[in-house]
Amino acid sequence: MNEIFLLPMLVLIPLVCGLAMAWLPPRRDELVRYTAFGVTLGVFVLSLAAAMSFDWSDPHGKMQMIYRAPWIDSLGIGFHLGVDAISLSLVLLTTFLMPITVLGSFGDVKQRSKEFYLWLLVLQAAMTGVFLAQDLILFYICFELTLVPLYFLIGIWGSSQRLWAAKKFFIYTLSGSLFTFAGVLYVAWYHASRDDGAWTFDIAALTATALQMPSGMQAFVLAALMAGFAIKVPLFPVHTWLPLAHTEAPTSGSVLLAGVLLKLGTYGLLRFAIPMAPEAVVQYAPCIAGVATLGILYAALVCWVQDDIKKLVAYSSVSHLGFCVLGMFALNPQGVGGSVMYMINHGISTGALFLCVGMIYRRYHTREMDRLSGLGKRLPIWSTFMVIFCLASVGLPGLNGFVGEFLTLLGAYTSDVLGVGFAAVAALGLILAAIYILYMVGRVIFGPLREPAAYAGQVKDLDAREIAVLTPLAIACLVLGLFPTPLLRSMEPEIANLTGAANRIVAEQSNRPSPFGAGDPAPQVLRHSRAGGNPGRESVDLRSTAKPCVSVHSTRIDVEVAP
Amino acid sequence: MTMWEKVNTLWPEIILLATAFGVILIGLAPQRSVRRSVSWLSALGMLVAGGVAVAYLFSPDHALDDGAAGSGFAFQSFVRLGVLGVGLLLLLTAAELPDEYGAGESDTGFDPSRVSRGEFFGFFLLSITGAMLCAAADDLIWLFLALELTSLPTYVMVATTRRKTVAPEAGVKYFFLGAFAAAVFLYGFALIYGATGATGFAEISDQFRLMLAADSVTARAGELSGMALLGLVLAIAGICFKIAAFPMHVYAADVYQGAATPVTAFLAFVPKTAGFVTLIVLLGLVGWPLQSPTLIALLGVLAVATMFLGNTLALLQHNVKRVLAYSSVAHSGYMLIGLTAGITIVDAEVSPLENGLGAVLFYLVAYGVMNLGAFAVLGLLKAAGEEAETFDDLRGLVRREPVLATVMAVCALSLAGFPPVIGFWGKVYLFGSAISAEMIWLVIFGVINSAIAAVYYLRIVGVCFLSDPDQRVERAVRPVRSVAAVASAVLVVVLSLAANPLMKAANQAARFAPDPDHQVAQLDDRVTEVSKPDAQ
Repeated sequence: MNEIFLLPMLVLIPLVCGLAMAWLPPRRDELVRYTAFGVTLGVFVLSLAAAMSFDWSDPHGKMQMIYRAPWIDSLGIGFHLGVDAISLSLVLLTTFLMPITVLGSFGDVKQRSKEFYLWLLVLQAAMTGVFLAQDLILFYICFELTLVPLYFLIGIWGSSQRLWAAKKFFIYTLSGSLFTFAGVLYVAWYHASRDDGAWTFDIAALTATALQMPSGMQAFVLAALMAGFAIKVPLFPVHTWLPLAHTEAPTSGSVLLAGVLLKLGTYGLLRFAIPMAPEAVVQYAPCIAGVATLGILYAALVCWVQDDIKKLVAYSSVSHLGFCVLGMFALNPQGVGGSVMYMINHGISTGALFLCVGMIYRRYHTREMDRLSGLGKRLPIWSTFMVIFCLASVGLPGLNGFVGEFLTLLGAYTSDVLGVGFAAVAALGLILAAIYILYMVGRVIFGPLREPAAYAGQVKDLDAREIAVLTPLAIACLVLGLFPTPLLRSMEPEIANLTGAANRIVAEQSNRPSPFGAGDPAPQVLRHSRAGGNPGRESVDLRSTAKPCVSVHSTRIDVEVAP
Repeated sequence: MTMWEKVNTLWPEIILLATAFGVILIGLAPQRSVRRSVSWLSALGMLVAGGVAVAYLFSPDHALDDGAAGSGFAFQSFVRLGVLGVGLLLLLTAAELPDEYGAGESDTGFDPSRVSRGEFFGFFLLSITGAMLCAAADDLIWLFLALELTSLPTYVMVATTRRKTVAPEAGVKYFFLGAFAAAVFLYGFALIYGATGATGFAEISDQFRLMLAADSVTARAGELSGMALLGLVLAIAGICFKIAAFPMHVYAADVYQGAATPVTAFLAFVPKTAGFVTLIVLLGLVGWPLQSPTLIALLGVLAVATMFLGNTLALLQHNVKRVLAYSSVAHSGYMLIGLTAGITIVDAEVSPLENGLGAVLFYLVAYGVMNLGAFAVLGLLKAAGEEAETFDDLRGLVRREPVLATVMAVCALSLAGFPPVIGFWGKVYLFGSAISAEMIWLVIFGVINSAIAAVYYLRIVGVCFLSDPDQRVERAVRPVRSVAAVASAVLVVVLSLAANPLMKAANQAARFAPDPDHQVAQLDDRVTEVSKPDAQ
């Protein structure tokens, strides 16, 4: 099979199979389940094939396996896919979590199961599309399209407050991302107005032009992008949709919400906000990191007082994603690398925690810590897994959570734009995390056995299917915790590319005390070629315009030299 | 252009007119089966007219750049085919309507005074002809007649097609406010005539350019004379009635609710299209890009007010028909954004996102298709024998009628501008053109409104999919209307995935590149003539 079709297949197979499920015969739940499981497993294998043919050691961090198909030429919109190490690892996270989620949902869905798996597969297509899109409008489409399946997943199969939760989730996130849409259009217009009115939404071309924007406009673009992405992350204080959506969603919805969907926000910040508006990012990084730090502490404190285990895990996501954003806006390789690692690790460990909570809820029909205690005696296998994932979530060295936490804090500490204060306050969040998670573990797993009276003594430990669901996640936690270096190494060039412009500005600022922006030697304005390719294309290294003191690896962008 | 040459460009309209009168006559036939054939006859007439319009595209006599002031051939063709295409779907939706209101179809005998099937389809075709003629206008009087030809039949269609008393009430409201609006814009036309001394578009356009040019000689900001400006403002205000925009939107909810659902779908598309086409033609007389700051400001204010009014009022409704009525107001607001942005660069090679008028044309067709799907679904549901209208009537639709619920969801998400459905492409196009015209504030207002609108569209999707079914609601046996509903949803999906051709066509239709040689040279002579006395 030609590898060029791997990426479009990763998006289209779940989409087409998902929609085709509507035509499966009704009331054949078994058939529907196994079809969905088969499809997600097949897509996972495909994504492994993509990972095999991907060149992980590419020193330039360029997009690989690029696939272009024309779509709406008159607006410069194309079906344009590609991956680098960052997006490929997030795609792998998605395709890895999907079959696990489907397998984990087998006993949960009692009604309308055809629709359930239909929406799960559509959701997978949209999530994968977000990470693969190399066209800004395609990215935006997939970004928004994740809302519809989740709206139905929460609204139909959720718990008692599901209608309100679904609506709040949908409207909240849509309102934010509509501003992102305005920002996207603005960036595209800026590009077109510098390029003889030739419109394109090609991400590479737009990024190259956008960083020449005057700093006032960059602030506008950053604000517009943040409006959508910060809500999706979610960053304190716009996180209020998340606890409700997480708590009301069915287990599979929560797993994907925490595992992948929150990363769409941080991925968007990394892929668009930082490279497109570097001046504004440098200027406002302390503010954003400050808000993130505040969110870490606030959410950690809220976690401490939770009585509902699922809500606790939900709020812990807010706290954890705060670390992710903090590391990202440190703008140095450690911070951003840690941030990306955090995205992956949080996806695995928090997804696993939601699965564990779901298994308890199915047995006892409650998630209240007051009514559950000492389950280690009743459910030893479950308790073992739960402890592993809790420790991974807290960041015990040797498990995956540690890598991201350590690197983001190190990044914030050594950062030129942030500093030791941010790291110190955020580290306090780490201590709080240890408190609330271990407190929960202590109450639920250890201590005297206490179960709801109606189910006392009748509950069985995990069956084979449930063990099969949790084992791969536990292995992933261990592997990523012990061997994070290869992944980190392969992401370094990409991270250097994405933060290159911002780092250059940081360096200029530290060299020159004058307010930056004035007389800024913007790279020689070059006319960027449109997505069609042009014979007069040549590669220009923007590094040559940067001050030598920065270790920007290589900020290569394809540009067309003006005749 | 001689009379005969002009007539030669109007065969689709002539065919439709002939069909309309034929249908009215045949509708009076004593045999029931003959009377029943009029709906298919109307469809046939529209197909033939569409065929002729397509044939025009390939005829050598009509080069695409044949652009008389304001109304080029490409523009005319796009409007024609758009109106006929959506009109055909509307006809499918309405084909079974006379059965519902019992248009004198009793088997006991033939009573000509009680038979109204022919009239309904005759008026239907006349109104569509009017909308098509708006695009062909080259004279103020023609434009006025075309607009009224669009509106007059709709008053009757609203009043007579439902047995409940709300329908005549709606019809009377619609008629009186419509007459008022017609008077307003006729007064506007009279003032334009007074300011320019002509009713022909070519002369008016020359005069307008002269005014703008003369002002630039005296170093004042280019602006039209007070009388011309007042005329245009009044004309725009009158047309706001047709497009259901602020300040003439007040009738929308009552009339839309009172009319039979297929007629409501008709009202939301045909008069609106006629109104926007008229606005494009009329503002084209001033010339693109629009030189008058007053008019730009006016259009911008109208756009923002219309969007906010439509969306916030839609938010408060419990009746889905009223929601869709106010959403129709809001959609006019979005399209006014495109009109305010206008064409940034008048050039044969203008990129779509710099052409707000192309965006308006594209959005009109998109809106026509997606709105029709939503109304067709409503028209197919009966709650206790009455038309389904409220949110409660849609509860749990997916459990009872999965296909209809899917149609409704696709259309509602499209109306909400949710990607990647066609409403989203329409918004990309509209907002993109506004950004090109450096009107970021309009885009921000548009985005805020999209967020507000999402709430009530989501509510429609929500009741269909998330609630438990309502046992009283059942599906009426209307096979043709079902076909129309499914066809519109399919069309929405197809156009979403392949929006490119339609976008290209809309962009090409609305380029309005001025005739480079002849007119400008003429104008330069007159400018020098006028400026000489000033210099002395």
